[in-house]
Amino acid sequence: MAGGRMQLELSRVVQGRSRLGVLKGLGRTGQHSLEVPGCLLYTHFGTVPHLTQDTLHTLRNLPSVTQVTLSNIAEHQEVLEEFKDGFRKFAGLHDTVVYCSLHDPATLCPTGYTTNKTVSVWGSGGRIELTVAKFMALQKTVQPDWYQSMADGETWQNSTSRKRVRKSVDRTLAHLDECLLVHQKSQELDGVEVFGVVEGGDILEERVRSARETAKRPVAGFCLDGLQTASMDQRLRTQLITAVNKELPEDKPRLLQGVGRPDEVLACVEAGVDLFESFFPFQVTERGCALCFSFDISPDPERAGRAPPEVLELSEEKDAAGDTKQNGDLNHDDQTQMTSFEINLKDKRYQDDFRPLVEGCGCYCCKNHQRAYLHHLLVTNELLAGVLLMIHNTSHYHGFFSALREALAKDKLDLLKTRVLRAGAQQMEREEQDG
Amino acid sequence: LAARCSRVTLKSSPLTLRIVAECPVTKARVCDLILPHCTVNTPVFMPVGTQGTLKGITVDQLEDLGCQICLGNTYHLGMRPGPDLIEKANDLHGFMNWKRNLLTDSGGFQMVSLVELSEVTEEGVKFKSPYDGKEILLSPEKSISIQNSLGSDIMMQLDDVVSSTVTGPRVEEAMHRSVRWLDRCIAANKNPHKQNLFAIIQGGLNSKLRKACLDEMTKRDVPGFAIGGLSGGEEKDDFWRMVTLSTDHLPREKPRYLMGVGYAVDLVVCVALGCDMFDCVFPTRTARFGSALVPWGSLQVKQKQYAKDFQPIDPDCQCPTCKRHSRAYLHALFKSDTAAMHHVTIHNISYQLTLMRSVRQSIMEGRFPEFIQSFMKRMFPSRDQYPSWTVDALASVNITLQ
Repeated sequence: MAGGRMQLELSRVVQGRSRLGVLKGLGRTGQHSLEVPGCLLYTHFGTVPHLTQDTLHTLRNLPSVTQVTLSNIAEHQEVLEEFKDGFRKFAGLHDTVVYCSLHDPATLCPTGYTTNKTVSVWGSGGRIELTVAKFMALQKTVQPDWYQSMADGETWQNSTSRKRVRKSVDRTLAHLDECLLVHQKSQELDGVEVFGVVEGGDILEERVRSARETAKRPVAGFCLDGLQTASMDQRLRTQLITAVNKELPEDKPRLLQGVGRPDEVLACVEAGVDLFESFFPFQVTERGCALCFSFDISPDPERAGRAPPEVLELSEEKDAAGDTKQNGDLNHDDQTQMTSFEINLKDKRYQDDFRPLVEGCGCYCCKNHQRAYLHHLLVTNELLAGVLLMIHNTSHYHGFFSALREALAKDKLDLLKTRVLRAGAQQMEREEQDG
Repeated sequence: LAARCSRVTLKSSPLTLRIVAECPVTKARVCDLILPHCTVNTPVFMPVGTQGTLKGITVDQLEDLGCQICLGNTYHLGMRPGPDLIEKANDLHGFMNWKRNLLTDSGGFQMVSLVELSEVTEEGVKFKSPYDGKEILLSPEKSISIQNSLGSDIMMQLDDVVSSTVTGPRVEEAMHRSVRWLDRCIAANKNPHKQNLFAIIQGGLNSKLRKACLDEMTKRDVPGFAIGGLSGGEEKDDFWRMVTLSTDHLPREKPRYLMGVGYAVDLVVCVALGCDMFDCVFPTRTARFGSALVPWGSLQVKQKQYAKDFQPIDPDCQCPTCKRHSRAYLHALFKSDTAAMHHVTIHNISYQLTLMRSVRQSIMEGRFPEFIQSFMKRMFPSRDQYPSWTVDALASVNITLQ
């Protein structure tokens, strides 16, 4: 296969599972790299939601890989074909690696439209059905640096039957083989990387089968699908990912789709995941909230000795006891619900709060604006709210990943977990009010 | 003694107008308007940031586009978040974090245009708050009080606003009342050394009433004058006549602000008629519908014909949007993300500000008449498509359109 130069260089593997390293050789000329664990830059049609170049570039250390999705792009196939020079150029994206996924991780698709030969995406004008032929035609037109092969991941509903799950594994493998066949024959895709997609719903045996079979194919890495936040609790997810990763080669990257909440990211990194999609900051922005959970594990004399009144734990064995809000309690189907990692700026209490969103955050929003102003923008439905929140949430989220890598490097993952999993914002709020 | 006096004068004047150039053919002038936060180069178009924000554009982006002054809206901000909060935030500049100049209007216009049941009396304008149904009175004193809290560099008097399509005794009543309200506003201004209060000339489309208003208001020592009551759906033939009548009788050494004017053609003509400052929601509002302003009119980016158009909105435009994106990309982006609106907003603001800069440059270089000719040529397909009012208005200032 005319593959690219993608190479995963691991510098550490902690406790046999969490991996730290760099994904190198990205892009057509192989000059880009991405640290892992890391996240991709989530976009709508090449644009980070709400942001233009000026606002986007107030952010430092953006991921070198930009994610675009066929759900945004498919309806524009004709235009791109006429343009001829690929999506990157069409979107005015300079000097970035373009990764093309099938679905937009922030939106759940309607189910029931997948067939043996097709999957569907939903554009602004409605449903678009993709055969492998059409899927590959799109890839040839988009000319990404890297894409996931066509997959049937429609197993995230709770009531998915075993038969259906098996079908999704079989179909996905068949699609992969067909995609690779076309890929190998296509000059336009010379140097482009393909990721295989591991399916299997919530059935362990199917997960293992899918992983084993996919690993036999000449792919550069693996997407783990059907494990979206809406679909299952973290305990099961960890179990399935751990089993899957056992079947996958150590030296190829694993990208987990549809999971972005900080507590889940931590757990999945511990299960051996390398890459995530960064749609979570967008979801937080859309509900008018700001991420503010702490990921600071540097020794802080001010905090030492102060026991947190509330400690959140991953919903491992615990049931929801008493009043303590657990992340595991959240309605899994409602991704629009606020998490404890954020503050709701529409709340009246921020009306005259003249502090930045997060003290010490160096983002454009925190350097220039205050909570009271954001509150006003949200109450008056002003467009600038989305811009400023997206900047901050993106910055905060990427900061979290940076801290995660540092924690792995310094063997402080447990400390980071404790920090992050505390009742995030509520904790900070209380401390700041008392302090 | 003389030195001490001039120092006092300087300190008490938050506005200084320096006339840099005057067109020998038309009534146009180029000025430097020195305001507390920075100098504003006129003729100037002021973008409107109604609720303390310019529709999706950050203050940095606005600064980078070269904007030196923009508008905030007393009615809206007075309602939400309210003057007390803004005072706590170090006034509107502090609240928005805008370091350059701000102009606030009085809230009078919104009273009439936005509020269903408003009642005007000598006291002020009574209306029902759209947020909690409470009855509120916006008096000259109240308007100035809010604007004092907002801390704008230029405040507008509360005027008795009457639609330009209204005729009869109401127009005269409103004109006289506006003069009385001007005096009340002047008296109510707590910060005459920091904030400039502009008068607003009324009188509708009646030259006698306009003239009377001009005679009265110019007796007051205000740092600037606005021409109000126009740009509201009246015939353009009446519109320009009132503009030029007003500039004929306004003092040369004070700025003239024509309210609510923002279409490119109107801007160019009214500069020729002697106006220095303009504001309008149109460029920023129309951007959000995908309408991009260009030297030959406007371009509806969301239309099918642009789906495969790989040029920028305007190949000659230097704005961030045109330097990076094509019509086709923006067309598609409108289906995916709000950023599409921001791209067009940036372009439209750039267009307006660049237009004014070009006008200014041409006046300084003594070629404003030529500029007008080529501007009109670019904007209209042929001479017989020139709106007759522009031909007449420009003729009145010695420009014969070719």
